[in-house]
Amino acid sequence: MDALLRARLLHLALLISLFLSVLSQASSQELQIVNAERRIDLTSHIIKVYLTLKVENVGESPVSEVNLAFSPSEVEHLAIVKAAATTGKKKKKTYVPLGVKSTEQPAGPNGTKYFTIILLNPLGKGETATLEVLYILTRSLEPFPVEISQSESQLVYFRDSAILLSPYHVKQQTTFIKTPSTRVESFTVVEPTKRASTEIKYGPYENQPPYSYAPILVHFENNNPFAVVEELEREIEISHWGNLQVTERYSLVHAGARHKGVFSRVDYQTKPGNTGVSSFKHLLARLPPRVHSVYYRDGIGNISSSRLRTDFFKSELLIEPRYPLFGGWKSTFVIGYGVPLEDFLFESPDGGRYLNFTFGCPLADTVVDKLLVKVVLPEGSKDPKAVISFPVEQHLEIKHSYLDVVGRTVVVLEKRNVVPEHNIPFQVHYNFNPIFMLAEPLMLVSAFFFFFVAAVSYLHLDFSIRK
Amino acid sequence: MATADASNGTSIRNAFGNVLSFFILILIGVLAFSIRLFSVIKYESVIHEFDPYFNYRVTQYLTKKGIYDFWNWFDDRTWYPLGRVIGGTVYPGLTLTAGTLWWILNSLNIPLSVETVCVFTAPIFSAFASWATYLLTKEVKGPGAGLTAAVLLAVVPSYISRSVAGSYDNEAVAIFALIFTFYLYVKTLNTGSLFYATLNAIAYFYMVCSWGGYTFIINLTPMHVLLCIITGRYSSRLYIAYAPLVVLGTLLASLVPVVGFNAVMTSEHFASFLVFIIIHVVALVYYIKGILSPKMFRVAVTLVVSVGLAVCCAVIAILVALVASSPTKGWSGRSLSLLDPTYASKYIPIIASVSEHQPPTWPSYFMDINVLAFLVPAGIIACFSPLSDASSFVILYIVTAVYFSGVMVRLMLVLAPAACIMSGIALSEAFDIFTRSIKFQLPHHPGHSHVHAGNASLDSIVESDNVSKTEKSDDISKERGSKKNKKKVHCVWAAAEAYSAPSIVLTSHSDDGLHVFDDFREAYAWLSHNTDVDDKVASWWDYGYQTTAMANRTVIVDNNTWNNTHIATVGTAMSSPEKAAWEIFQSLDVKYVLVVFGGLVGYPSDDINKFLWMVRIGGGVFPHIKEPDYLRDGQYRIDSMATPTMLNCLMYKLSYFRFVETDGKGFDRVRQTEIGKKYFKLAHFEEVFTTHHWMVRIYKLKPPKNRIRGKKKSKSKANLSTGSKRRGSRRNPF
Repeated sequence: MDALLRARLLHLALLISLFLSVLSQASSQELQIVNAERRIDLTSHIIKVYLTLKVENVGESPVSEVNLAFSPSEVEHLAIVKAAATTGKKKKKTYVPLGVKSTEQPAGPNGTKYFTIILLNPLGKGETATLEVLYILTRSLEPFPVEISQSESQLVYFRDSAILLSPYHVKQQTTFIKTPSTRVESFTVVEPTKRASTEIKYGPYENQPPYSYAPILVHFENNNPFAVVEELEREIEISHWGNLQVTERYSLVHAGARHKGVFSRVDYQTKPGNTGVSSFKHLLARLPPRVHSVYYRDGIGNISSSRLRTDFFKSELLIEPRYPLFGGWKSTFVIGYGVPLEDFLFESPDGGRYLNFTFGCPLADTVVDKLLVKVVLPEGSKDPKAVISFPVEQHLEIKHSYLDVVGRTVVVLEKRNVVPEHNIPFQVHYNFNPIFMLAEPLMLVSAFFFFFVAAVSYLHLDFSIRK
Repeated sequence: MATADASNGTSIRNAFGNVLSFFILILIGVLAFSIRLFSVIKYESVIHEFDPYFNYRVTQYLTKKGIYDFWNWFDDRTWYPLGRVIGGTVYPGLTLTAGTLWWILNSLNIPLSVETVCVFTAPIFSAFASWATYLLTKEVKGPGAGLTAAVLLAVVPSYISRSVAGSYDNEAVAIFALIFTFYLYVKTLNTGSLFYATLNAIAYFYMVCSWGGYTFIINLTPMHVLLCIITGRYSSRLYIAYAPLVVLGTLLASLVPVVGFNAVMTSEHFASFLVFIIIHVVALVYYIKGILSPKMFRVAVTLVVSVGLAVCCAVIAILVALVASSPTKGWSGRSLSLLDPTYASKYIPIIASVSEHQPPTWPSYFMDINVLAFLVPAGIIACFSPLSDASSFVILYIVTAVYFSGVMVRLMLVLAPAACIMSGIALSEAFDIFTRSIKFQLPHHPGHSHVHAGNASLDSIVESDNVSKTEKSDDISKERGSKKNKKKVHCVWAAAEAYSAPSIVLTSHSDDGLHVFDDFREAYAWLSHNTDVDDKVASWWDYGYQTTAMANRTVIVDNNTWNNTHIATVGTAMSSPEKAAWEIFQSLDVKYVLVVFGGLVGYPSDDINKFLWMVRIGGGVFPHIKEPDYLRDGQYRIDSMATPTMLNCLMYKLSYFRFVETDGKGFDRVRQTEIGKKYFKLAHFEEVFTTHHWMVRIYKLKPPKNRIRGKKKSKSKANLSTGSKRRGSRRNPF
C-alpha cells in the first residue's frame, strides 16, 4: 500500500520534472549520461558524495562543459566540489583534475543551481568521457529526536534523492548510501532498493529524464562527534626575524542532537560505552612540523589537558576542551604556536617574497562555518596579493602591534563552510625591504638615548630661580 | 693641595658609592620582581584567588568603558536582585593604576592584555615598594640601612604572600603607597619643605584610593606628632609635616567616593583632627614664647591654659556626643575588631568567618617575617641611639604594627615593612661596628662603610663576615651569616611553594607525575558557555567574585559581604531541607546552584567544611536555623552519627548526591569517614554538571510543578509516584 503510494508519487514527480525540463533546458540535451554511480558516505557529519559519471555527446557540436545540478538546500550546505577526468583503463587509470566553477546563468527549475566542470578537451560528437566528482555537504544531517538524554544515542535524518538530479538524460544510475552503523531506523524505499549491513543501495534505475527527483529519507544512528567550529580566526604573523606566529581562535560547538536534562558525571565516568556516546572530549589538531611554544588556553587561563607529539613530518596536538561536549554545548579556546620562518616564507624569482601556508582548519574532522585567515605582514611591506585555488572573500586591514608606527598590513581571507578538504596551501605575495626590520630597534635605541641625554643635561644644568 | 686632593677623592668615592647603590637598587628591584614570578613559572599567568578576580573584572570594565562609566557603574550581575554600586563602593587605586598602565602600553602599541597587566602589577609595585623602603630607611638611618632594608623587604615572605604575580589585590599597590607616604612624611620632617608636604598629601591620597588601611596612616602620624610634642620635640618642621597632610589629605580623601564624608565623619579620623588642634595650640605657644619675655610668658601661659582648657572641653564634649550618637560609636566593624579582638567573633560572624581576619598564631610570625622577628629589637635599640624625629616615627610604627598584626593575621602585611626597616637598621649598625677596624686601617675612606653595608644585600654579608674574622665578634657574625642564608632559603621557599599557588588550579604530585585539578575553571567555563546569559547562580559567597568574573553569570551573594541578610538567606537555603531551599531559591530567581565538594579528591576547603558558618550566619538572621540541630553532642559530623537535620539539608544532599556510586561505600576523603546517608534522590533539583574530579557540582532547579490536578491523569500519577518515592527515602534510615 505504502509502496504503491510512493511509486505513484514518484511517477508524479517524474512527470512534473520532465515537463519542467522540457520547458527550460533544451540546449544541454547535447549530452547524456550513460552511467552514473553515486556513493554517499554518511559515516561522519561531513557528508562525502563520490559521483562517477560517464558522459556521452549525442548532439552535433563539440561540448566543453558539463553541468552538475544541485537542489537549493544542497547548495546552501555545499562545501566543495572537485572533479577529475579519468583516462586509461582499470589499473592504468590516471586522474586529471578539472576546473569547477559555480554558474549563475540559467536558473533551473525549482531553484536548481549548477556547477560547471570544464573539460580539458572538448567532447566531440559521439565521444564519451568518465568524470569523477567529489562533493562535500556539511550540516546536512538533521538530528531526530532533536534532544537526547545522556544515555541515548544520536539518530539523524538524511534527505536526498534516490535519482541523481541532473540536467541531462541519465540512462542508468545507482546510488549507494553508507551508514556508520547497522542501526538504521527507517529508509524510503524506491524500488529497487536493497539494504545490506551498513549499505543501502538504490537502483539501478534506467532511463531517467532530466531533473528527475525521488525524495528519500534515511533515519539512522550516527554517534560521530559533530564538531563544528562556528567561527575560526587564524592569525598568521610574519616576523622577518625568523618566526611565524600562528594564533587560532576557535568557538566550537557540538552540532548534534541537543543534550537534555541531567549530566551525571558518575554515569559518564563509570559506564563510558553506554552514556554520552555522541559526546566527545578529544580533538586532534594537525600542526606543521617543527612547531614550538605551543599553547592552548581560553579566556580564563591555560587549559592543562593537551598533549603534543612532534616528529619530523608533522606535529599532532591532542586537545581536550575543559569539559566533554554534549549536543549543543559550546566551548571557546585559543591555540597558538610558532614555526620557523624558513619553512614557509620564500623569495619569488621577481625579488618579492611569498608566504606558503595551509588554508583551512587544523582540527581533524571538523566543519568550520566561518573561517577568517589573517596574514599579518611585517610593517613596511607593500603590494600584498593572495593566491588561492578556490574562491574566497578578500580584503585588507591595518593592525598595530608591538611598537608599530604606521601599522602592519593584514590580508584577510574569509570563507564559509570549510571542510578538511580545504587544507591546501595558499600563497600571499608581497614586497618587503629588509631595512624596515631595523626600524623598531633603532626607535628603542634612540628613545633611550634621548632619555639619557635629557637626564645628563638635567643634572648638568641649573634650573633654580634664585642664584 | 693635599686637602683638595682628599676632597676630590671623597667626591669621586661618593659618586662611586651613589652609582653603586643605584645599581644595587636596580638589582633589588629585579630581585623583588622576579622572586614573585614563581607562580607564573610553576603554574601560569593567571589571576589568583577570589578578590583579585573582582578587581580584574573591574579593570576590564574600566578599560572597556572608560573612567566615567566606571564611576557610575551599577553592577546588576551581583547581589541579585539588589545589585551593587561598584563605582561608589570600591577602592579605585589599584584599578586605576592597572588601567593606566594598560592604557600607556596600548598607546605605545604594545598589545598586552588587561589580564597580563593585572597579573604583573603586584610584582612591579613590590619593586617600587622596596625602593620606597630604601628611601624611608635612608631618611632614618642613612643609605646603608636603606639598602639592607630594601633587600629585606624585597624578599620578606609576608609581603610576598600578598604580591606574587597574579595576586591582583589592593594590598599589592597599597604597601608601596603606605611606605612611600611614610617616606614623604619623614622627608618633610627632616627637611621642613612644603614641597614634600604637598607630595605627602598626594601620596596619602593615593593610599586612600588604594586600600582601607589608610586609616593606619591617619592615626599613626597624629600619634607621632603627639609623641614629639610631649617629648618636647616640637619644631616648625613637624608643623609643616603634619598640618598640610591633615588639611590637604582630608580634602583629597573625601574625593574618593568610597570614603567621601567618612573622612570627616567617622571616628577613625578624629584623632588626626584632635592632634591638628593640639599642634596649633602648641605652635601658638611656641610663637608667643618667642615674642614675649619669660615673665610675660608665664602670665600668658596661665591665661591660655585656662581658656584653652575650656575650649578643649567643649570640643571634646562635642566629639563625644557625635561619636556616641552613631550606632557603632562611629567605628566600622573591622576597625572595632582591631581595638577589641573579640568583637568580631562575638557580633559579626561574617567577619569572623574569614580566615585572614583571625588573630595569627606564633608559627605564622616565623613563617611570615622569619629571622626579622629577632632582629627587630636590635633595630629598636639602634633607633634610640641617637633618637631623632624620624627614628621615633619608625619606632612608633613598629610598635603599633606589632599590636595590629596580633589582632588580625591580614595586618601582618603592615608589620612586614616595619620589621624590614628595623632589621635593616640593626644589620647596618652591626656592620658599622664590626667593620670599624677596617675603617681605622683606612682612615681616608669614609664612604666605604656605607657602600659596604649596602653591598651586604645577600651574599656579600658572608664575605664581610670573613673580613671581620680577625675580630672577637667572629662567632656572632658567622652565626648571623648562616642565619641570613637560612632566611634566604626560607624566603625563596615561601615564595615558590607556600604563596604561589593560585588556588584556582590545584596540583598534586603523585607517583605518576604531576596531577592538575582544574575543576573550578572547568565549571566556570561550562557555566559561561552553556547557560543563558541572564541565569542566576547561587553559591556560597566565596565563589561569587569568581563566578561573575569567569562565568559572567549573575550571582546572589559575593565576597563583598555588604548585606548580611542576603548572605544569611543563602546560608539558610543551604541549611534547609530540599523543599524549603527550593522555595527560597525560586523566590530569588535562581536557576543554578553551585556547590564545591572535595570529598572525592580530598580538597579540604569545600562547602561541607564551611557549612557551619552558613548555619551560623543563616541562624543569625533566621532563628529557625539552629546550630545545635546540625551537631551531634557538639561535634560536626557527616557520618552515620550525624543528626537528621544535617543529613537532610540541601548542602549535604547536593554534595553527596550519587557519591556512593563512585566507590560503593561513599568514603569522604576530607572527613575521612563514610557518609551517613548514601542513597537518596533529589526531588527539586537535577544535576546538570559535575566536574572531572567532582570538585564543583552544579544543579538546576526543577521548574515549579503544574498545579492543575485531575485534568491529566498521567501527570498526577507521576506526581504521586515521585511523592511516594520521596516519602520512602525520607523513611530510609541513615
